[in-house]
Amino acid sequence: MIPLSSYLILAAILFAISIAGIFINRKNIIVLLMCIELMLLAVNINFIAFSHFLGDLSGQIFVFFILTVAAAEAAIGLAILVVLFRSRSTINVNDLNTLKG
Amino acid sequence: MSFQEVIFYLFSLALLLSAGAVVVSRNTIYSALFLILTFFTTSAIWLLLQAEFLAITLILVYVGAVMVLFLFVVMMLDVNLARLKEGFIQYLPVALLVLVVMAAEMIMVVGSDKFSTEAYPLPVPKPADYSNTKELGSVLYTDFVLQFEIAAVILLVAIIAAIALTMRRRPNTKYQSPAKQVMVKKEDRLRVVKMDSE
Repeated sequence: MIPLSSYLILAAILFAISIAGIFINRKNIIVLLMCIELMLLAVNINFIAFSHFLGDLSGQIFVFFILTVAAAEAAIGLAILVVLFRSRSTINVNDLNTLKG
Repeated sequence: MSFQEVIFYLFSLALLLSAGAVVVSRNTIYSALFLILTFFTTSAIWLLLQAEFLAITLILVYVGAVMVLFLFVVMMLDVNLARLKEGFIQYLPVALLVLVVMAAEMIMVVGSDKFSTEAYPLPVPKPADYSNTKELGSVLYTDFVLQFEIAAVILLVAIIAAIALTMRRRPNTKYQSPAKQVMVKKEDRLRVVKMDSE
């Protein structure tokens, strides 16, 4: 049978892959958003694994809310991206330096 | 090796490979398609953990809605892919270093005895008539009802914000004005002409 640590290791590797993805794809905002989705997925795997092994449904409820917020975040992020592309006709992170922060 | 272990390792391998493909794909469309594969395999792993409702929700919400939105945006924007991949090779070594170090550190923590089968014994399998959706609903609508309402408000805000952000008024487009349409009177449209019959 599969112990809890196997699930946690799987989620840890997935999280590390998405961190590396943010390092590699730092020019492309769309892939950056996808990497954030992957990170949230890794966290959700942890929540569900603990919920299963502790016999407590609260973990699954939490995953439900994370899915809700992540969907809202993706929708607003992509809407901002579309507006950005309309006004600057680029989504390269290097060209988005109007704010000079 | 039991059947469950075979399934788990098969799907874990597919999950990690497709997640890697999301990260290194040259084309953003391929990244989005591999992300769909990642969500599918994850939902299979959630089924192994007996979270059936969330596994189906992941496919319906993510593959059905969010990933279609991603694909839509990727295809709608005419993006110069060559420029976006600049610096890919340059940042690859540091990314690999971070990947290996982070994964090794986390595996050392979560792979220790604290999370082994002795510390967290395998739960008793649920009976055949156990309904995950029913149990989840009975908790969601009682203990977590306030959070549930807030989640609904968050989704409403997301809808309004996305529409308000992307809506634009073009100067020479024709629009209907419902207020004027409602306020119109018979005299404005109809003219009765008195004339002799011929």
